[in-house]
Amino acid sequence: MVGILAYGGYVPRLRLKRAAAVAANAWFAPGLKSYAQGERSICNWDEDTLTMAVAAARDCLGPTPPKSLAALYLASTTHPFADRQNAAVVATALNLPADLATSDVSGTQRAGTSGLITALNVVRGTGNPALYIAADNRRTKSGSAGELLYGAGAAALVLGPDDGTAEFVASHQIAVDFVDHYRAEGEEFDYGWEERWIRDEGFARLVPQALTGLFAKTDIKPNEIDYFVLPCVFRGVVQGIVKRIGIREAAVSDNLHTVMGEAGAAHAVVMLARLLETAKPGQTILVASFGQGCDALLFRATDRIAMTRPSRGISGFLARRKEETNYQKFLAFNDLVVRDLGMRSEVDKQTAMTTLYRNKEMILGFVGGKCRVCGTLQYPKSNICVNPNCGAVHSQDNHPFADTPAEILTWTADNLTFTADPPAHYGIVQFAAGGRFLADFTDVDPGTIDVGQPMRMTFRIKDRDRQRGFVRYFWKAAPG
Amino acid sequence: MAQGIRDKVAILGMGCSKFGERWDADADDLIVEAFTECVKDAGIDKSRIEAAWLATAIEEVSVGKSGIPLAQALRLPYIPVTRVENFCASGTEAFRGAVYAVASGAVDIALAAGVEKLKDTGYGGLPQRSRGSLNDMYWANLSAPGSFAQLASAYRAKHRVSREDLKRAMARVSIKSHANGVKNPKAHLRKAITEEDALKAPMVAEPLGLFDCCGVSDGAACAIVTRPEIARELGKSDLVSVKALQLSVSNGAEAGYNNWDGSHFVTARIASRKAYEEAGIGNPRDEISMVEAHDCFSITELVAMEDLRLSNEGEGWRDVLDGAFDADGRLPVQIDGGLKCFGHPIGASGLRMLYEMYLQLQGRAGERQIKNPRFGMTHNLGGFPHQNVCSVGILGRFEH
Repeated sequence: MVGILAYGGYVPRLRLKRAAAVAANAWFAPGLKSYAQGERSICNWDEDTLTMAVAAARDCLGPTPPKSLAALYLASTTHPFADRQNAAVVATALNLPADLATSDVSGTQRAGTSGLITALNVVRGTGNPALYIAADNRRTKSGSAGELLYGAGAAALVLGPDDGTAEFVASHQIAVDFVDHYRAEGEEFDYGWEERWIRDEGFARLVPQALTGLFAKTDIKPNEIDYFVLPCVFRGVVQGIVKRIGIREAAVSDNLHTVMGEAGAAHAVVMLARLLETAKPGQTILVASFGQGCDALLFRATDRIAMTRPSRGISGFLARRKEETNYQKFLAFNDLVVRDLGMRSEVDKQTAMTTLYRNKEMILGFVGGKCRVCGTLQYPKSNICVNPNCGAVHSQDNHPFADTPAEILTWTADNLTFTADPPAHYGIVQFAAGGRFLADFTDVDPGTIDVGQPMRMTFRIKDRDRQRGFVRYFWKAAPG
Repeated sequence: MAQGIRDKVAILGMGCSKFGERWDADADDLIVEAFTECVKDAGIDKSRIEAAWLATAIEEVSVGKSGIPLAQALRLPYIPVTRVENFCASGTEAFRGAVYAVASGAVDIALAAGVEKLKDTGYGGLPQRSRGSLNDMYWANLSAPGSFAQLASAYRAKHRVSREDLKRAMARVSIKSHANGVKNPKAHLRKAITEEDALKAPMVAEPLGLFDCCGVSDGAACAIVTRPEIARELGKSDLVSVKALQLSVSNGAEAGYNNWDGSHFVTARIASRKAYEEAGIGNPRDEISMVEAHDCFSITELVAMEDLRLSNEGEGWRDVLDGAFDADGRLPVQIDGGLKCFGHPIGASGLRMLYEMYLQLQGRAGERQIKNPRFGMTHNLGGFPHQNVCSVGILGRFEH
């Protein structure tokens, strides 16, 4: 027996109105007008696949991850690092113990489901729970259809040797080198083939083959499927497939095209995590995803489905939205335009790996100290207690701050310092249980914050070292 | 019980360059300009100087490290020269080094010099630079105005002052300094401004507009100090002596512990209390004649008036609006234009403040002379409100 014990997700707050992107590009690509409806989620300048993965994992795990986690998998086609394990960065940010099997999964749009099948089988074989995360933020050329159709998002699942909230019933995979698009090593962008061919020869033939294979392994019949998940940006394709297979048309799940777009390899897991929020005991969820073949996975909600809920869930993050109509800003955030950033942007951002390694819990895990003598919480942890009435030496135990409620003590909105999205908001945040520090703020709308405002901590990009291709991550305060 | 520095050291001479965007000058030019005035004022040959201290803060765009730039600029005869850096208190720190050296008797005559050559960066404001390999990983992405602007947010919240009232008081701080700067031929900015100018200026860091920020300037200032009896032997009368020199440095409590509200400077309160004690001043509001406060930003000066006990806590903004610190108010502040208009070449600033107090105490301040001053106070803040260094100096007439 193996299943999903807990689930969560993350969708960035910014939503680009597709109409804004269409309007900017219509002079060159008038065909884009057919995609002008709705909005897509876009990463803030300080978000990427890793930050979304951490956010989704926190949504899933809550403040206290299960101590028994034995593995962490991170699936994406946009891992920030090609050689520095991204899953290990997430594990450090989540303060998971070092005794952990970690792995990055990538290479195809069905990485999210292929990795999930592998992870479920490992959990079944080892009997140990695993954290499974899928996150993606596909890079597209300006004026492409993908720019309008894709979104950014992540989902996280705790898998365990138990039927949990949703039992893993069966799976089937087929591998076929169908090159609907590809991106070679070192290339920035995808190269794709004709849509009609992908639709008719790809989806319409390969998905049914995988589904047929799956139904051969279970007693559950196609017409008993309650929810069918198949990310596909082409209209009408999914409806055609269910008709052929015998799945009820009402079972076809909202692909979230209108509200966020397709989050690459993470999207099938994002859709699954959203369905789990409302699934009833006994309901079946069939998840399929396409990419050099097809994966199919079948889950059945258990009696415990209502007992475990994410902190916000995909629905909660979809509701936490800020409309963005400035297409130029989207281009800027994604390095799709060459801009004059000014001399203040030229400061060297080299990261000393030695410093980072010594302080990895402090920087990536946001771990401070708690004094054993006086109980004072402090960030950063230090040799001598910060409490002027204590001063105990070497008295502090590690204390994680990421999930502690905070509020603003001081703040400003700075137009002078260089930031990708001025003004730079920052200030001292005071943690409810004690401890404070001067933090960068993020996801702040100018004119909306003041002293006393509740804030919560979020894992974000601190700086990019463009000279050396490194990304610095740290924690920022966002309106709570 | 320590005796303190009061009246142990007298100023033999001082000098100060023209401050401003000195496109014409390198750092050594500025040092020589200030020193030429200083050594002439002292009336000695430079060979009498036995030790020297050089203050410069942002050496990366200025003179580089060590005491060598001062020794070379002045061709000092292989004497000890020490470079000091303590953020914006650097100039006062060089002075403290020289003062302590002559007070100890180790040397008879010492030089303190401060210089900053900031206008070689290619952009306005202070240079953007690394703050250390670990600090860069977690410190907020802050600028100088942004760090001090936060005082305003906490001050408003604590004292329930409206944004508009505080903004008006801040404007008044700058209007006053601009009015004073007009009368100072060495000042960087010599143009009066109106309240409308101040309130409508572009926002730098909420709520600080352009006119809430001091000038970023090139400049140098210096002092030659000795013991009073030597000054008299050298033929000096009407001596100006050091009454107090104090420094307080944050230990991380404001930044990391929960007993500070963000609206004031813990260090300034401690350093000024000790300075008043050292100088034997029981009632600063009656006894201090003039103040050069660290007005890097208008809000900093406003808060400093409270920290130095020259206004009641929470009432500084009203005193400012009432004109208490104007040239003709109850306590003239930044009579030379302050950092705001004289300018702020960081390493030179503390010495520039002492220079003005010295001129005023000797009755040599020309058009801006205050009538019969007794004690002049200087105040420097370096760093950020949540972690900073604060120096306080008090000069007065030597009356023994």
